[in-house]
Amino acid sequence: MRTGVSEKTQPTAVSVDAEADLPVQLLSPTGIRVESVEYDSWVEDLSDEDLLAIYEDMVVVRRFDNEATALQRQGQLGLWPPSLGQEAAQIGSARALRTDDFVFTSYREHGVAYVRGVKLEDMTRVWRGTANSGWDPFTVNMATPAVIIGAQTLHATGYAMGVQRDGADSVAVAYFGDGATSQGDVNEAMIFAASFKAPVIFFCQNNQWAISEPVGVQTIRPIADRAPGFNIPSIRVDGNDVLAVMAAMRVALERARAGSGATFLEAVTYRMGPHTTSDDPSRYEDLAEREEWAAKDPIKRFEAYLESLGLLTDSVRASVKAAEDDAAKRFRAACIALEDPAPLTIFDHVYAEPHSGLERQKREFAAYLSYIEGGTR
Amino acid sequence: MTELTLAKAIGAGLRRALQDDDHVLLMGEDIGELGGVFRVTDGLKHEFGPLRVVDTPLAESGIVGTAIGLAFRGYRAVCEIQFDGFIYPAFDQIVAQVAKLHARTNGAVNIPITLRVPYGGAIGSVEHHSESPEAYFAHTAGLRVVTPSNPQDAYSMLRQAIASNDPVIYFEPKRRYWTKGEVDLEAEPMPLDKARVVREGTDVTLIAYGPLVATAVDAAEAAADEDISIEVIDLRSLAPIDFDTVEDSVNKTGRVVIVHEAAEFGGLGGEIAAVITDRCFYSLEAPPQRVTGLNVPYPPAKLEDHFVPDLDRMLDAVDRVMGRENSLTGWSAR
Repeated sequence: MRTGVSEKTQPTAVSVDAEADLPVQLLSPTGIRVESVEYDSWVEDLSDEDLLAIYEDMVVVRRFDNEATALQRQGQLGLWPPSLGQEAAQIGSARALRTDDFVFTSYREHGVAYVRGVKLEDMTRVWRGTANSGWDPFTVNMATPAVIIGAQTLHATGYAMGVQRDGADSVAVAYFGDGATSQGDVNEAMIFAASFKAPVIFFCQNNQWAISEPVGVQTIRPIADRAPGFNIPSIRVDGNDVLAVMAAMRVALERARAGSGATFLEAVTYRMGPHTTSDDPSRYEDLAEREEWAAKDPIKRFEAYLESLGLLTDSVRASVKAAEDDAAKRFRAACIALEDPAPLTIFDHVYAEPHSGLERQKREFAAYLSYIEGGTR
Repeated sequence: MTELTLAKAIGAGLRRALQDDDHVLLMGEDIGELGGVFRVTDGLKHEFGPLRVVDTPLAESGIVGTAIGLAFRGYRAVCEIQFDGFIYPAFDQIVAQVAKLHARTNGAVNIPITLRVPYGGAIGSVEHHSESPEAYFAHTAGLRVVTPSNPQDAYSMLRQAIASNDPVIYFEPKRRYWTKGEVDLEAEPMPLDKARVVREGTDVTLIAYGPLVATAVDAAEAAADEDISIEVIDLRSLAPIDFDTVEDSVNKTGRVVIVHEAAEFGGLGGEIAAVITDRCFYSLEAPPQRVTGLNVPYPPAKLEDHFVPDLDRMLDAVDRVMGRENSLTGWSAR
């Protein structure tokens, strides 16, 4: 028997088995309104017209997304990342914003772009390969999509630091996915936001997949649990419940406008399509899980709710159908009409100010083009 | 005119930029209370407050990434990267975002960010504190890369970099921080992308930038003792490079030596030699020569004198282009 050595005891560590909070929900998967003492008041101002406008947005964006996928299959787009299934998370959050708020997104946020006022064909310019971006960020207060995962969260945080310096009450919003939460940039963004109390919202759409990797590869605990470690409060919300998303977003926006800093929202949803049109989910997807999520569809759910309110009359249905058909028709025509840019535009906007090296190369390349096209020097 | 060290001249340029434009702000690690590890920002936080001189979290990608967001909001951030070897965590934000956002947005968004980076060796430091990473950034379309070699340029070029609507990587020759020189705070600067002929000569063009300009001038002095006339060019801008000035000089001398601390392979010397060969082929009397850092990781301090090009290695290359005895021919029998 050893003497003089005290027995080791196991110190109490932070628990890692905390049960995940159930996501905030105002509509059950079958469209029944669930009461919430905390969140009801945040959506009680919504009129029947507001509810129908939200519904129409979701329907139009889903139709547009399906049309874009079809155009890719027809060779009109090089690639397309579908937003199928994420309409509530995107429309609900974007509709809570003011025009003077500024949005920085990843590349799947077609619903957000639609609400911000981006033209449908402009969303497809990048994917058709006719431009580096589809719109001027300052006309809709939405940056063009960031493809490098998570990079835009720092841009949103920096924008929010600028808002602070201007003494304004606008809010910056960073949209990103579950995969992005593993990136250093997202964690650095939360550190900057917390240290400087910046008015930024981290809106994570947890669609359960980073291409083929399930969210469990990125995190074991709910993603929303990470933010409080940065001293950023978080809300886990049912991302297929458009009312709950809007309520949570409004809570976060009010906090930011009041000078209380950042909020992290995890919208729990599901990517019902492939990562992009180049992906093959049949190699990794669990069909039972997909079926489970299909039953929680955000549009069907909202439809059931509107029906229970007696709002989905035949004339409303007809007008929504007309709106989506019209949007689809106009989008298809405008997308196919997007023309290839002229060769020498490749040199445009590399620099904001004259650049001697690039100007020389442009002259030489113009001469080359003219030469091979049979022109004279 | 005021006599200032190169470091103080940068500080004076920062102060002036902060005074002239209230959308200019400084960001970096330890730049506030401490005044930066080289004291370049000494006193500025007290003068302009913590919203304009920001001690940031210790995260280089975060510094550059938030500077981009500030640019979207109309601000002009001047970011200090504490040491050359610390810039790599920010590499993605610099080459994939800072460099490309103006083009990506069809010109709608300007990224008028200045990244201040102390660089180069010969200060007896440890790993990651003596690197010369300029080629990575010069290679990236959308960035401008400049480096001053003296206090006046340090002051003027910094103000021009901050005023530029393009992103500028401003490499500071840290071993020359304590070099003193006369600085005219009101001087009308020459264009930021122009090279300067520091010393005229007729036999050899010696092209240098940043910390090695002073060494090149010393080499020219020494060569003059042997009746070799060296023209020294300080490139100042590394992207773009003022090849017109280089071309004029090499057409005159017919011989060229290019020097930099960065490793030879893939370094700017190769690019410069290629352009000279293209534009001055019929004027050349000898193949262009390079004197550079070796193709090895930056060595421990006790070996760095062998890595960083010095006067003797420059003169050896001058001997090569002059067809004199040199390290490759060996000494002839005497």
